[in-house]
Amino acid sequence: MTARDTDWDGVRLHVVTGKGGTGKTTVAAALALALAHAGRRVLLIEAEGRQGIARLFDRPPLPYEERKIAIGPGEARDGRDPGGDVYALAIDPEGALLDYLQMFYGMRSAGVALTRLGMVDFATTIAPGLSDVLVTGKATEATRRKQAGSPTGFAYDAVVLDAPPTGRIGRFLNVSAEVSGLAKVGPIRSHADSVANVIKSPQTAVHFVCTLEEMPVQETLDGIAELRAVPGMQVGGIVINMTRPAVLSRQELKAQPDLPAMASALGAAGLYDPDSLAAALAGEISEHARYIELADRERSELEAAGQPVYELPLIAEGIDLAALHKLAAELRDQGAA
Amino acid sequence: MSPYQENTVNPRLDIDRIIDDRRSRIIVCCGSGGVGKTTTAAAIGLRAAERGRQVCVLTVDPARRLAQSMGLTSLDNTPRLVDGIDDEADGSLHAMMLDMKRTFDEVVEAHADPARAAQILANPFYQSLSSSFSGTQEYMAMEKLGQLRRSDEWDLIVVDTPPSRSALDFLDAPERLGRFLDGRLIKVLTAPMKASRPFGRVLNAGLSVMTGALTKLLGGQVLRDAQTFITAFDTMFGGFRERADATYRLLQAPGTSFLVIATPEPDALREASYFVERLDEERMPLAGLILNRVHGAGVSRLSAASSLAAAETLEAAGPHGGVAADSPAGYSLAAAALRLHAERMNLGERERRVAGSFMSAHPAVPVIEVPALPEDVHDLAGLRHVGRAFAGSQPAELDRLWSTTS
Repeated sequence: MTARDTDWDGVRLHVVTGKGGTGKTTVAAALALALAHAGRRVLLIEAEGRQGIARLFDRPPLPYEERKIAIGPGEARDGRDPGGDVYALAIDPEGALLDYLQMFYGMRSAGVALTRLGMVDFATTIAPGLSDVLVTGKATEATRRKQAGSPTGFAYDAVVLDAPPTGRIGRFLNVSAEVSGLAKVGPIRSHADSVANVIKSPQTAVHFVCTLEEMPVQETLDGIAELRAVPGMQVGGIVINMTRPAVLSRQELKAQPDLPAMASALGAAGLYDPDSLAAALAGEISEHARYIELADRERSELEAAGQPVYELPLIAEGIDLAALHKLAAELRDQGAA
Repeated sequence: MSPYQENTVNPRLDIDRIIDDRRSRIIVCCGSGGVGKTTTAAAIGLRAAERGRQVCVLTVDPARRLAQSMGLTSLDNTPRLVDGIDDEADGSLHAMMLDMKRTFDEVVEAHADPARAAQILANPFYQSLSSSFSGTQEYMAMEKLGQLRRSDEWDLIVVDTPPSRSALDFLDAPERLGRFLDGRLIKVLTAPMKASRPFGRVLNAGLSVMTGALTKLLGGQVLRDAQTFITAFDTMFGGFRERADATYRLLQAPGTSFLVIATPEPDALREASYFVERLDEERMPLAGLILNRVHGAGVSRLSAASSLAAAETLEAAGPHGGVAADSPAGYSLAAAALRLHAERMNLGERERRVAGSFMSAHPAVPVIEVPALPEDVHDLAGLRHVGRAFAGSQPAELDRLWSTTS
């Protein structure tokens, strides 16, 4: 254990949501890596069956099984931090149903028969709320799972859930409301209630991944408002993803560029046709200035939401394991983990 | 010439040819979430209307300000006339947002007698099915499309598809409910009610084990609700299936064009590849790919590497390093501009690589690129601006497209 405080001490289930295209899965994976230090065990769960986690870690498609996929960073400076382990699990409603039947009723074979009969198709078609309960149920089960011999008594120190997109998150997490219309009493209902007890508790935080564009920002703010309206639900941090570096200061961006001076510098650097190059680069600067201005506006809207905000840079080369570690280090430095 | 296409053989997608061809009756925009489907659909609709078509844009869950730009304020299932378009060519633009639940209710009311319809509408399973997010939305979007097409009030309908969890959801939607209600589980669930049928008795012994398991899992009340719902639904089911089949055939028919929308990002293009392959499998008329939010190269003659090297030279030498300079500010500004340029070239290079691999995997798919805009579109002027990127130069081969798919 490190003595360092993070913004989410006490949180054991990190739910990560975000609008499509904002890099939700990447951020969930980076967060899992960031949490996996000092010998901690972290489980990274993919809820929507896209196999995005396997691709990120360059692995073959994940089965419905918890397996180790990465080792978290050790803090090498003192040599005492051995790093941690990241396990991954791709949940599908079918596997979750079998698990549920096995765990609560010892009826795995009946479950297999139900699956063959189309039980899962039934659940996802007629009542997607039921399959959401199965998926969130698996995540909360892993969060609560005990393990003898572990320092904390828990099998995992943290669970990170790569959840459905922002537009669906309220419904996805508000399982008891979703199910109560269907089942007023009975086993599914009590299962939903126990899942809700974990989700609507201080051990769970819902983080939003966002980019500095109008629509994702609006969806994030709407999503935060939606979750705040649910008693007990804890809104987590806002992760601004894919930000571009500020190469020029705000002042330099605002100023009219001195073209002759720029051209003479470009010429001194040995570049061909410095005058037209300076004009073209000035055009790029003013375009960039416009982008920064809009991004600043969106950023202040996000900050006004009053949640901790983290920023992750755009990695132009694309995301690989090295990039994930870099993003994880950013999250650690900024106090997210 | 667009930055990505110079080295590929993909034909250029000519959207103007599609919207100007009076035989075009339906344009379906599909793609993963966050790629600009709704904006694209609206821009195509506006452009078609301003080129003389009577257009209806059917949209699912648009961003608030985009909806406002088309005068849409509520989900009311009624196409509204969009004001402020250029109607010199005698075109018109209507837009509507899908009210999924109401569309479903209407289908139920059309297929069942009033008493049974009331029973279905009140059932908790129906309420969950009709207001839930996945599957139903796709199915109802297709249902509404069929209705609009049959009404014949518009000569071009542009529809944007829901942000499905996967590409499959949308194409499978029309058939899925059908397959599902025909499934074995349904037979198990409804078996007790049909026990008087000859085969029902024989099967019943084995089935009671199953219903026992289901009762344990779901609870008796849930099972009873499910059984009531399915039995009530069963009677109107034939009509449902027919409608789904008719919509499916409508999508395959000449007059329909599918546009796949993506951004030059690996996830979006992977989903786009999937769509392209799936549409091909289903013999759906794919017109091409719209690649949104492409970052232009700017000064493309200066590579990222040379740009960075020059920036480093300037930073190392500096105005005090002996290199003649008129102003120190010129040095730091030039160095920063070069770094900015290098970053932009790197981004462009990455996009080119990602888009290039899609194109080499699908060399026959026509492609058009739409440059990234600094701001989201939220008025007609913005939509018109996007539409200008669609202006074409090469003939699209609609005859070929439609002759191979029908």
